Amino acid sequence: MGITGSLSRLLLVCLLLWPAMATAQVDDPEAQQLLTALAESSFAEKKDVVNRIAGSGDERARTWLEAFAANKLARIESTGQFVIVLSNRGRNWDVESATTGESLGEVSRRDIDTIRVNNSLRSELESILSVIDLKSPDEDSRLTAARALRGNVDDGLADQLPDLIEAETASDVQLALTEALAIYRVEEQGDKSAVAVLSGSLNSEARAALQNAVRSDDPALAAAANKALESIEQKLKFNRAAETLYFGLSLGSVLVLAAIGLAITFGVMGVINMAHGELIMLGAYTTWGMQQLLPGQPGLALILSIPAGFLVAALAGIAIERTVIQHLKGRPLETLLATFGVSLILQQLVRTVISPLNRTVITPDWMSGSVMINEALSLTLNRMYVIGFALVVFAGLMLIMRKTRLGLEVRAVTQNRAMARSMGIKATKVDILTFGLGSGVAGLAGVALSQITNVGPNLGQNYIIDSFMVVVFGGVGNLWGTLLAGLSLGTINQLLEPWAGAVLAKILVLVFIILFIQKRPRGLFPQKGRAAEG
Amino acid sequence: MWLTRPLQERSTQVFLGVLFAALVVVSALHLFMPEDSALYVSSYTVTLLGKYLCYALLAVAVDLVWGYLGILSLGHGAFFALGGYAMGMYLMRQIGDRGTYGDPILPDFMVFLNWQELPWYWHGFDMAWFAFLMVLLAPGLLALVFGFLAFRSRVTGVYLSIITQALTFALMLAFFRNEMGFGGNNGLTDFKDILGFDLRTDATRLGLFIATGIALAIGYVICRGIVTSKLGRVSIACRDAEARTRFLGYRVERVQLFVFVVSAMLAGVAGALYVPQVGIINPSEFSPLFSIEIVVWVALGGRATLYGAVIGAILVNYAKTVFTGIMPDAWLFALGGLFVLVTVFLPKGIAGLLHKRRKAETAEPTPAQEATA
Repeated sequence: MGITGSLSRLLLVCLLLWPAMATAQVDDPEAQQLLTALAESSFAEKKDVVNRIAGSGDERARTWLEAFAANKLARIESTGQFVIVLSNRGRNWDVESATTGESLGEVSRRDIDTIRVNNSLRSELESILSVIDLKSPDEDSRLTAARALRGNVDDGLADQLPDLIEAETASDVQLALTEALAIYRVEEQGDKSAVAVLSGSLNSEARAALQNAVRSDDPALAAAANKALESIEQKLKFNRAAETLYFGLSLGSVLVLAAIGLAITFGVMGVINMAHGELIMLGAYTTWGMQQLLPGQPGLALILSIPAGFLVAALAGIAIERTVIQHLKGRPLETLLATFGVSLILQQLVRTVISPLNRTVITPDWMSGSVMINEALSLTLNRMYVIGFALVVFAGLMLIMRKTRLGLEVRAVTQNRAMARSMGIKATKVDILTFGLGSGVAGLAGVALSQITNVGPNLGQNYIIDSFMVVVFGGVGNLWGTLLAGLSLGTINQLLEPWAGAVLAKILVLVFIILFIQKRPRGLFPQKGRAAEG
Repeated sequence: MWLTRPLQERSTQVFLGVLFAALVVVSALHLFMPEDSALYVSSYTVTLLGKYLCYALLAVAVDLVWGYLGILSLGHGAFFALGGYAMGMYLMRQIGDRGTYGDPILPDFMVFLNWQELPWYWHGFDMAWFAFLMVLLAPGLLALVFGFLAFRSRVTGVYLSIITQALTFALMLAFFRNEMGFGGNNGLTDFKDILGFDLRTDATRLGLFIATGIALAIGYVICRGIVTSKLGRVSIACRDAEARTRFLGYRVERVQLFVFVVSAMLAGVAGALYVPQVGIINPSEFSPLFSIEIVVWVALGGRATLYGAVIGAILVNYAKTVFTGIMPDAWLFALGGLFVLVTVFLPKGIAGLLHKRRKAETAEPTPAQEATA
């Protein structure tokens, strides 16, 4: 009973499947015929069949040929149906129909007959596939294919390229194809006129072709190639300089972000807050926490953590001000020590409560990736956002300090506390608000930093010395000085890095600042007049 | 003479008396007690106490500049570490061909890095007198150059604190690099013997402990001598009113430079004695955290008292040993709390408390006497 039962079930399946197979074959006799020809012809004949398939204009041709080149195009012996093998692990292989693309589930390995391919066919197939791509209606896939062609053109393709270039409508695809052809001509034919095409190219294959040409026997070609290389070198140098500048600005904007809050608390209020770095850390952890609260929406969480990070850090800052700093007014060295103690406590708190290990903060899609200016220069998006964010924060702070009542009161209280109080300004309230503002900005810095560096308990420690250096270098009490100091220190650091290495560059910058302070103890932009006496 | 004057002071006599008594008691308990006795002091404890005494000397050096000159140095760890490295280099050269790679000249890490010959600055460190001179000169020179630049341009207060911190931070980064030739990350370690004595024997350890105690006594007397001399008076004047002292005609920057360099050399000696006892020196001694920790020892003990610095250093480090033993996580909480509590509630430190009590005791009898009279 068991055997008959299963047999009859098998029969039923076959009966049910039969019409589907039959229609596939009946509907598509042309495809079936092409693939049969491919399966049954000899290697020599296969070349023609491949060309026929490529020329058939069938939109599945690319899939077939790709599968064929990868040894994945097969025929099921029992039904004669052509399939593409999706996975060839184990006893049963996972396949889908080559003609309809529908999944056929698992088929026994023994029943599958792979259509054989050899190496000469395979290299033939590569250029055929790229020609198919170059004819695709989608411009992006044409561009990718054209770019991949550079340095990979063979004789057969080279003959077709002029026509393709002629027919191409998009200019960047055309340029890439022209370059690809020129590389071929320089390499294979020693064509001098092609060298001129390459002279502006930043592509590494083009450069390699020219470098080979310089060593060629033909002196005219070598001279032309040499000239082209020089002009490329010039362009590259410019691009590298632009890249260094970008990295410098990006590092500088990080420094500005980290230091700008300190410029308020230390620079304007005169309070030395060694826990400033930990306030930055709190901002970064707020971003992490926000992303934990809103799983799957890293972008929204990041935007929400801008106000949240500000609030968390500001409240923490105010708490520090109320409990510690206000008792130590006028004793800067003691303030330094006490706030350092606070920073140790905060660090250990994060270690104990959350984890001593770094946390991952997800970068949302719209912030990852990069903008490609040309082939030698691409700018990462997250750093660009950080630069923009730093400038916005700076502008906002500037506005608050210059144009609002709070800014006015802050300046009054710091210049002459007793006088400000007798004019009716509540000095204590101003202290709290200013310290909260400076601390909140540190939190904002943390939100931004979470996107470009590791979020861990040591995050703040890594920035505290740099932040103080930036503020002191720029001139205490001067926000513009802080901006300029941060950006220039970042750029100097990046300029030094290529020949000194990252660590030595940092050391040199520190030594530079130490020496600079000897020369100008009050920074780039010292305060003048009465404020300087304080 | 300025150096003998402190010996006639009551406070110095008490301090030296207590210190020498402690040295004698610890040595006696270590040498003459049977090992299973409750009073026996193991060689581990002797070394630990030796380490505390090194820290105490370092704290005295910091107290000299902070307490009597008003300069809060957040970079004294750098001088300590430089002295330590000078000693470490001597100890490295003493290893000779007993290292893992058996190279008679090159220390192990240089062989490992494939260096062919000794860098120029390692020459001479096979001679003890040269190395011991360097223990004083290396930190002294750094302090001289740094101090000359800083004091000449009148960098003071918080600015000076921050750039001393930057100094030690920069040195830490530098010493972490393998190319510097100081063993990079791992530092110098695996020492064998000092002046021909095997470092692993109990006798050498006890000897180092006693040497540290004597160094602390000498350092204390030197500092006391300086602060009670005329120079010391001027330096206290600088601390309290720098501009006014300058207007009175004193060369403030010279006083500052002299005291700063002496302090740096004392820190170097402390580092040099520290290294053979703990058996390693690495760049973490340059870390800004360590330097700022030293300041809190002084703050806890009581600034501008010298003996307070010693008390603070020993207390905090004893607490550190205990805490990191039972609950390592809590140590940073405790240290952080200490920073806050001492500065807010105990501005004069433990010495201030003692002083207040003594004052209260001497003040109390007076009304009583009046009553009886």
